[in-house]
Amino acid sequence: MLGIVGTIPEENFPLVCGTVSLEGDNIIVDENRISVNRGTPAMIAAAIETLKYMDMPNPFCYLVGDIGNGNGCKLLYKELEENIINTSFETLAFHYFQPDVNLFEKVIKEISKMPKRPILIADAGFMYVAKMGGDAPFFDLFTPDVGELAYLADEKAPHPFYTRGFILHEDNQIPDLIKRAYQYNNAASYLLVKGARDYVADKDGILSIIENPTVEALEPIGGTGDTLTGIVSALISSGLDIKTASAKAAMVNRLAGFYAKPTPATQIYDIIKQIPRALSEVFESK
Amino acid sequence: MFNRFKKKKLEIIPNKHGRGILVFENTTEVIRAENILKSKGWEIKVMGPPPNIRSGCDLVIEFPLIEELSIVRSLSELNIKPLQVVPVNDDLLDPVNLIHEKEYGKYLMIRAANMKITVDRDTKIIVNVSGGGCPDVPYLAGQMVNRHLDEAPQPKDIGHTLCAYALQIAYDRMVALC
Repeated sequence: MLGIVGTIPEENFPLVCGTVSLEGDNIIVDENRISVNRGTPAMIAAAIETLKYMDMPNPFCYLVGDIGNGNGCKLLYKELEENIINTSFETLAFHYFQPDVNLFEKVIKEISKMPKRPILIADAGFMYVAKMGGDAPFFDLFTPDVGELAYLADEKAPHPFYTRGFILHEDNQIPDLIKRAYQYNNAASYLLVKGARDYVADKDGILSIIENPTVEALEPIGGTGDTLTGIVSALISSGLDIKTASAKAAMVNRLAGFYAKPTPATQIYDIIKQIPRALSEVFESK
Repeated sequence: MFNRFKKKKLEIIPNKHGRGILVFENTTEVIRAENILKSKGWEIKVMGPPPNIRSGCDLVIEFPLIEELSIVRSLSELNIKPLQVVPVNDDLLDPVNLIHEKEYGKYLMIRAANMKITVDRDTKIIVNVSGGGCPDVPYLAGQMVNRHLDEAPQPKDIGHTLCAYALQIAYDRMVALC
């Protein structure tokens, strides 16, 4: 089963642990309905659409309300520290979260004790804190965008906000940034770099580049990275190897974006609706 | 406010630079202090903390050490109390200073660090906010998208993290250009 850890952008949303379903543009967990806009709800919605196509069960999610003050995340860090060892996920995806190295290290310590360690995927705040704490190699897949890749490549930056200009500069080539991220042990076993072209890479270099279809208007749309993380997490959980799942997920996400005929004002749910069609095209075409 | 970060005590050794840093409990307090001190004309700079007190999503304020008493008094009058005031002994990290602009017809996207904001230049409506990884990003997007640039709440007022701070930089540039 796929497990997902993330936040809901509402201050009073309680800590919930449960199987999540999708109804229209809402995800449902326990008695809670959450609008699928961007962030973790968009990631979960994309994962559910993908799992449904792959004939797999809905994900089990750990969610808490947090609007950036870290209060909710502290509760969820504690929940994970106390109970993650008793779970048996095949794949565990970590998403929007308040970076806190001290609390994160406690969770990592518990995961390392699990009899069967799940495949670990991190994006957003969890990817930031994994790099901050020097734990990037503990993870199997990171899904950075180009700016976040520059952060991984900068061995001195504790957050993307401090990425040094000579690394962040647009003239830097993505293969060089990938190489530098691995050189300083700041990358997961695999990287799926999302952008104008999507790259799948490991410590030996670029494994594949996915560049079609090209839809420029996707870059400003909030949530397109979240959907990619949701799709790849679901494909890995369905049994695809990380390299194949990453390339397929990039194709699905780009196609879903293409089918939505987006403008820079498009909202992410319009793209999520196209994921089933994109999955069919990627997995059923020769 | 929250107590996210446990700051380690700094060992204070003689300072060669004539600059000090104010260490706060969280980024929200840093942003408040920055606004107050800048409005009073002090020469201060928001920077990344030295490695020995770094624990997560942090900022510190660099200031002329000789002004310590006046600066701390000004902040205390508004109930803002730094956790520590220490000399600068390490190289501090500069916040990102590269800002990218990209046009999509009538839309303008501005990116600062890992945060992007996109505005319809005809209507000045914020149509999208993207990027980032801290939990206030989806919250800020929810509060800002579909609002007029002049009427939307600003990240510095409702955000808490470095992602919010980066979004404020992008927002300020957008306001200057639109």
